[in-house]
Amino acid sequence: MAGEPLVIHTRGLEKRYPQEGADDKIAVRSLDLDIRQGEVFGLLGPNGAGKTTTILMLLGLTEPTAGTAEVLGFDPLRDPLQVKRHVGYLPDNVGFYGAMTGRENLRYTARLNGIPDLESDERIDALLHQVGLPESGDQPVETYSRGMRQRLGLADVLVKDPAVVILDEPTTSIDPVGVMEVLDLVRGLARNQGVSVLLSSHLLHQVQQVCDRIAIFVAGDVVAMGTVADIAGQQQRGANVTIDIGVDGDGAGVPELLRAVPGVISVEPDPTDRRLWSVTCPPAIRGSVLTTLIASGHVPWTVRDRGMELDEIYQRYFAANTPQGVAA
Amino acid sequence: MSAIEVSAPSAPVQEGATIRLAAVRAIPAGWRVIGSREFTEHLLSLRFIVLLLVLGLAGMLAIYSVAGTFRDVASQIAQQTTVTGKSLPVFPHLFTESATIPGVSGQSFPSFAGLVALLGPVLGIAFGFDAISSERSEGTLPRLVSQPIHRDDVINGKFLAGLAVISMILGAVILMLSGVGIIRLGVFPDADVAARIITWFVAAALYVAFWLALATLGSVVFRRAATAALVVIAVWLVLTFFGSQIVSTVANTLRPVPTNPTPVEQLANAQMITDLGRLNPITLFQQMTQALLDPTIQSFDISALVQTDQSRAAVTILPFQQSLLLIWPQVVVLVAGTVICFAAAYVSFMRQEIRA
Repeated sequence: MAGEPLVIHTRGLEKRYPQEGADDKIAVRSLDLDIRQGEVFGLLGPNGAGKTTTILMLLGLTEPTAGTAEVLGFDPLRDPLQVKRHVGYLPDNVGFYGAMTGRENLRYTARLNGIPDLESDERIDALLHQVGLPESGDQPVETYSRGMRQRLGLADVLVKDPAVVILDEPTTSIDPVGVMEVLDLVRGLARNQGVSVLLSSHLLHQVQQVCDRIAIFVAGDVVAMGTVADIAGQQQRGANVTIDIGVDGDGAGVPELLRAVPGVISVEPDPTDRRLWSVTCPPAIRGSVLTTLIASGHVPWTVRDRGMELDEIYQRYFAANTPQGVAA
Repeated sequence: MSAIEVSAPSAPVQEGATIRLAAVRAIPAGWRVIGSREFTEHLLSLRFIVLLLVLGLAGMLAIYSVAGTFRDVASQIAQQTTVTGKSLPVFPHLFTESATIPGVSGQSFPSFAGLVALLGPVLGIAFGFDAISSERSEGTLPRLVSQPIHRDDVINGKFLAGLAVISMILGAVILMLSGVGIIRLGVFPDADVAARIITWFVAAALYVAFWLALATLGSVVFRRAATAALVVIAVWLVLTFFGSQIVSTVANTLRPVPTNPTPVEQLANAQMITDLGRLNPITLFQQMTQALLDPTIQSFDISALVQTDQSRAAVTILPFQQSLLLIWPQVVVLVAGTVICFAAAYVSFMRQEIRA
């Protein structure tokens, strides 16, 4: 993917909101973002961390205080129409005209993009099918559930045949099965059609599943950027890791056995599953912990390195950046 | 959809790399797309049906109450002598005559022109008060403004759709009432009168357009449609019921009339009242109605009114073009008011954050 052209390119992008009697509130601080064609990029962070502000600046819907942005080679401030023509944007809590059917809503978007009905009809059919709403397309949107609206929102974004798709919290109100379908769809867009996807979420697990690279936002700052593995690596360097090890049986003697391994710092029972033990140790002695366990006849049924999960990374960042990270 | 290979113009692109962009299309006239959707939605909406019925029924009531006494009115008009010997037109009195309600003494049902002056603002407010705030509360605004349209297209489209619907309602009701007048009362408008009625329709549409623009401004400024509606309705009520009191209070303060006033002082006070009254859209519309539907009105200037009183014996009929010239200042002020509201709505909308 390194050789692909850049579709989103920002340098020092910044947004401040002046506040009376106080310093400016910084929504986004000096953001350098490079997203390549066909890439799925995740903006990760709690609500109010600056994800939506970043997206609005990329679309030219909010004026940056400082810095530059380029989307598909166009400046969103000077040339917003060009950007909006090729960028599909699914806002958080997307809304539709309730009295119109799903199909009519999509046709309206197509018309706003200058696509004649004759051309858009076929595409809308295909899109409704793709997002799993082939039956409901001719019902008024006011009868839709939140999840159906979200799916319709995805179809709406794709009506204009975009080169870049920006999805703000695309999975928030969808049930778990729907989430999988949506994520598959997003992945398919990037893989098969070369569409670049920028998605924001606070649901880490989903981001991890689908994103090539991520950026973690905390109170307007990007505290980490890269692939999930990179970020996990950055976090772990020098630090101890925590491994969850599952051992069958009553587990008698297991903690003593593990504590005896040289280098192990602590062994704690898992509060929810008493067959799980959380072992904290330097990364280098993972191996000897496991061999000791197996040598004594306890064959672990699961070994999970906590440090590799995005949740863990994320929580560590927040532990280091609270309270303002949560307050914002 | 066809896709063409376009190299991104100024991005730091690697050699030979291209970005796939959808075929470039002509920029659509966004206001037209938005306007036609709004228009369709208005036509199917309950408020359209209700307002059409209210104005239609009120108009019918006004016409029928006039019909009872119309013969007397017509014979009175016929007796009036004019300078040129030409008789006064009867037809416009259908719209301007307010008749007493049988059985209710001392009360009269307003004329149709009076009804339009009273209810016109309601029409404008009804189709404007939630123009932008409904998009905001429904969550459709971020989706709308992320399409390749200019942001002013949103306001333009909505305003024009509202204006089209309002003109339809007004036009339909005026046509219907004219029809009733022609068939039931046997009065027929000549070319001059027809031109007057059509121009009056345009004036009424302009009057309602002012309120539509004011309501649209409210829908941009206030996040909640209810707040916008209440504020604009408050403005309407104050201007309708206290407009003249406010004007005379201000005039009496600025140009006071002492206990033994000189004619100059009295005139200055009256002039002030006339001038200030021209800031009130309701007064403006009433004057336009008078000038257009009553060809004997020659001036709204205070000195002219004194003269007319003395020479009531023989009246002069103004040709249509002269009446049109007479209301020109009123038209300009009303258009200016509409444009100011519109510009304020536009500026405020451009500066607003779009985020829901």
